[in-house]
Amino acid sequence: MSTMWKVGAGAAVLESSIWERMKMEFFGYRRPDGGVGIRNHIAVIPTSVCSSTVACNIAAQVPGAVALANQQGCCQLGTDHEQTVRTLIGLGKNPNVAAVLVIGLGCDGITVDQVAGDIAATGKPVEVVVIQAAGGTLKATAEGVHKASRIARQVAQLQREKASAGELTLAIECGGSDFSSGLAANPAAGVAADMLTTWGGTALLSVTTEFIGAEHVLARRAKTPAVSEEILRIVGRCEERVRIFNGDLSSAQPSQRALRGGITTLEEKSLGCIHKAGHKPIQGVLAYGEAPSGKGLYVMDTPGQDIESITGMLAAGAQVALFTTGRGTPTGSPLAPVIKITGNAGTFRKMEDNIDIDASSILAGDESIDQVGQRIFTEIIKAANGHLPKAESLRHHEFGIHKTAPTY
Amino acid sequence: MKKQAIVIDTKDNVATLVDDFTAGTIIHYALGAFEGTVQLRQDTPIGHKCAICEIPSGADVIKYGESIGRATANINPGEHVHVHNVESRRGGSGPGK
Repeated sequence: MSTMWKVGAGAAVLESSIWERMKMEFFGYRRPDGGVGIRNHIAVIPTSVCSSTVACNIAAQVPGAVALANQQGCCQLGTDHEQTVRTLIGLGKNPNVAAVLVIGLGCDGITVDQVAGDIAATGKPVEVVVIQAAGGTLKATAEGVHKASRIARQVAQLQREKASAGELTLAIECGGSDFSSGLAANPAAGVAADMLTTWGGTALLSVTTEFIGAEHVLARRAKTPAVSEEILRIVGRCEERVRIFNGDLSSAQPSQRALRGGITTLEEKSLGCIHKAGHKPIQGVLAYGEAPSGKGLYVMDTPGQDIESITGMLAAGAQVALFTTGRGTPTGSPLAPVIKITGNAGTFRKMEDNIDIDASSILAGDESIDQVGQRIFTEIIKAANGHLPKAESLRHHEFGIHKTAPTY
Repeated sequence: MKKQAIVIDTKDNVATLVDDFTAGTIIHYALGAFEGTVQLRQDTPIGHKCAICEIPSGADVIKYGESIGRATANINPGEHVHVHNVESRRGGSGPGK
């Protein structure tokens, strides 16, 4: 049989036999709500900055526990407050999390019950500790270690079961880009994203600032006119924010450096960025940390900072992240494997400790974009089965929650 | 042979060079399953683009299978494609002006 399959753009015509050879299954932890985790973490979630140290103290003493220490949760108002609540709850619900311990101070703007209640609705074990009620750091830590270690004994017994690649949600991020990003790493990541969504999975394209100049392309790919309008709206709002703080982005981009490097227009720069999520129709636009209601490719309205952006996608349920880079970056996540890809051969040589996939073979002519895309897909499945990408093996646990307003 | 240029999408009318090349160099590129060639008309540095077919003035310059702007002059195959012969369609005070 010689069925031909077109994957995304590019020279991407694949024989069906290649698809048949590809492994589309993995073994993961099936959660009570039907989600499939590829890690089995106990998340220790502080509801505010004030309970973050206690959360870290507890996590340090319990096997499999990770603390999501953060600067938020106190003195936030309105949509900024709601976003933090949504993000903390979303992170607790993430399928990579087997169980949750929520730590509150007691007078925080976000209560432990609010966060724990919503997470418990997934059916996973959830416990709480309140520092003021426990009687201070030492007593709260002791109570937390007691509760978390009991949870650790339970979740250690969970077994991996067969699951389909279609049950994966992929976060896609780029950072430290250079000329190679738009030519090699991003298009290859796009092939992998298209493969995943073709097999029924979900992919999340983020960083709204990087859509500016290519938003019409994304809008045209929207599933409905409402989605199209929403894409244009979030980009317009982002551009407005840039104008308020920093002046007009469209007159400053591409930068002189990018122009010298051969980037001609803002469209070209942004197309190079958005290519990393492939070419499928866009099903919807998600707020920061909002879970998608269906499968396929979604856009999430996230900020430019890589760590905050990845947090938003993990709060939406992503179990694994792709991270393309030109200049090289070491960052990871406490909750999910982050797979690093570079198209810059020099960067790969210099930072092999941190980069998982060398996509420079595309520029050298040794591999096609599709071939590297398939390698990336294989790496996703490997990570889903338990293989540790370099950031994870080096315990890179960078974490941050995006904030949209000052505290009051 | 070491790769000379990348064409990302079969709809593209430009190739991006992966090394510095001088005028007169014949550039080989892959376009889907086919290989194409084009002779450079100017010295063209790494990361910059050359036309792989004729692009009439006013037509879209296509990379990534999408328009990256409008040709402001007739562009011949092999010609350097950059801010001197392309402008953003996005309007405003965008680049290329």
